[in-house]
Amino acid sequence: MAGSEVVLLDTWISLFGMRVRIALAEKDVHFERREEDLTNKSSLLLQMNPVHKKVPVLIHDGKPICESNIIVQYIDETWQNNSPPLLPSDPYLKAQARFWADFIDKKIYDAGTRIWRRKGEEQEIAKKEFMDWMKVLEGQLGENSYLMGKSFGYVDIAMVPFYCWFYALEKIGNISIEKEFPKLVAWAKRCMERESVSKTLPDPHKVYEYALELMKKIG
Amino acid sequence: MADPVKLYGTVLSAYVCRAKIALNMKGIKYENIEEDLSNKSADLLKYNPVHKKVPVLVHNGNPISESLVIVEYIDDVWKGVPILPQDPYERAVARFLAKFIDEKCIPVIKAVGSNGDEQSIAEACEQLQILENELKVKGTKFFGGDNIGLVDIAADFIAYWHAIREEAAGIKFFTADKFPKLTKWADDFVNCQVVKSTLPPREHMLAFYMKFFGKANDEESYRSDVDQLGNGSNVDQHQW
Repeated sequence: MAGSEVVLLDTWISLFGMRVRIALAEKDVHFERREEDLTNKSSLLLQMNPVHKKVPVLIHDGKPICESNIIVQYIDETWQNNSPPLLPSDPYLKAQARFWADFIDKKIYDAGTRIWRRKGEEQEIAKKEFMDWMKVLEGQLGENSYLMGKSFGYVDIAMVPFYCWFYALEKIGNISIEKEFPKLVAWAKRCMERESVSKTLPDPHKVYEYALELMKKIG
Repeated sequence: MADPVKLYGTVLSAYVCRAKIALNMKGIKYENIEEDLSNKSADLLKYNPVHKKVPVLVHNGNPISESLVIVEYIDDVWKGVPILPQDPYERAVARFLAKFIDEKCIPVIKAVGSNGDEQSIAEACEQLQILENELKVKGTKFFGGDNIGLVDIAADFIAYWHAIREEAAGIKFFTADKFPKLTKWADDFVNCQVVKSTLPPREHMLAFYMKFFGKANDEESYRSDVDQLGNGSNVDQHQW
């Protein structure tokens, strides 16, 4: 797709933006990244995502695509001649991949976010839920190298950005993710060996500082 | 030889209907297994251990869960009438709208409940307006064009269940003068051949919602009915 213009509206801390950056890097697609200030959203962002007004937004030849998992599927379908394929070609495995990406959003990201956003009883509940769902995900990983088996793809992209939050969650939630889920942490480190991932994920210490700042503001 | 297709569901659930509509569009014969969600079958728990919910499609012994994942699977496996567009950009837009309907639109509409406070009604109308505008801009009969597609299927709750819910709750905000395009769309959608046969009988659904809003006397049977909607055991009003 030589000559097509690809712009990504994003923020450095957005897990959802990281998914898109990883997918674009995997497909070796050149793009321009624009850092948004979500306290002062650009008119471009508001125009391109009027429904949710959120990042990430991929703008391809002037047309916006929103919602990170949907963007990743779009990238896979549009640059289908660029390897690697991000989703399996078999319909059943594709459905499984979509199921797990949906699970990661609805269960793991949701509970994980509540660990640092809530306090007291609510935080304890979030911690328990997070651990339960991580256990399910580790079950899905099994003895495989990646979440859908032998190859890195869509589900790994959906989950791996959360790895940069593990340190913050451990400090804030007083949990040990590496101890409880050694296979998942080994999987994450394996993913980090890919340049697309290691160049995208921010330093976990920066993420922790960011969380502490936000927690102060929330009060 | 036809590959066996089974659908685990409940007759009241809009989410289960999505799968039925998709199967009908492709002309696929399937075995419909009615679940009692207050007493889930061993099969359901085996096929959907993560969420333990309906619908679950089982094809060649392989289970697929989550209604929109099931619909896309049906489209991937069986050719014939397309459910999603071919073009990657159009597919992304369809998926976006389906997700919007599921995650923002429907919950906000359901949150109106039987209180009918201005704030929640205003929010619900805001979401419906987005769909109304979409139809206006597209200028077609359905979100999918001349035929129904992924977005129409995702919006099945809005086309059929919502009006019944409004009647039971005694609060109406989805009106023809506020949402002319959406009102016409809903009527066209429920009258589609592939949709008609999947919908639960109106009286049955109304009776359920009446109980749900506490407007019937029979507390106990309503609780087991709530489970039949396919969203687990949470009787929180905002779920239905």
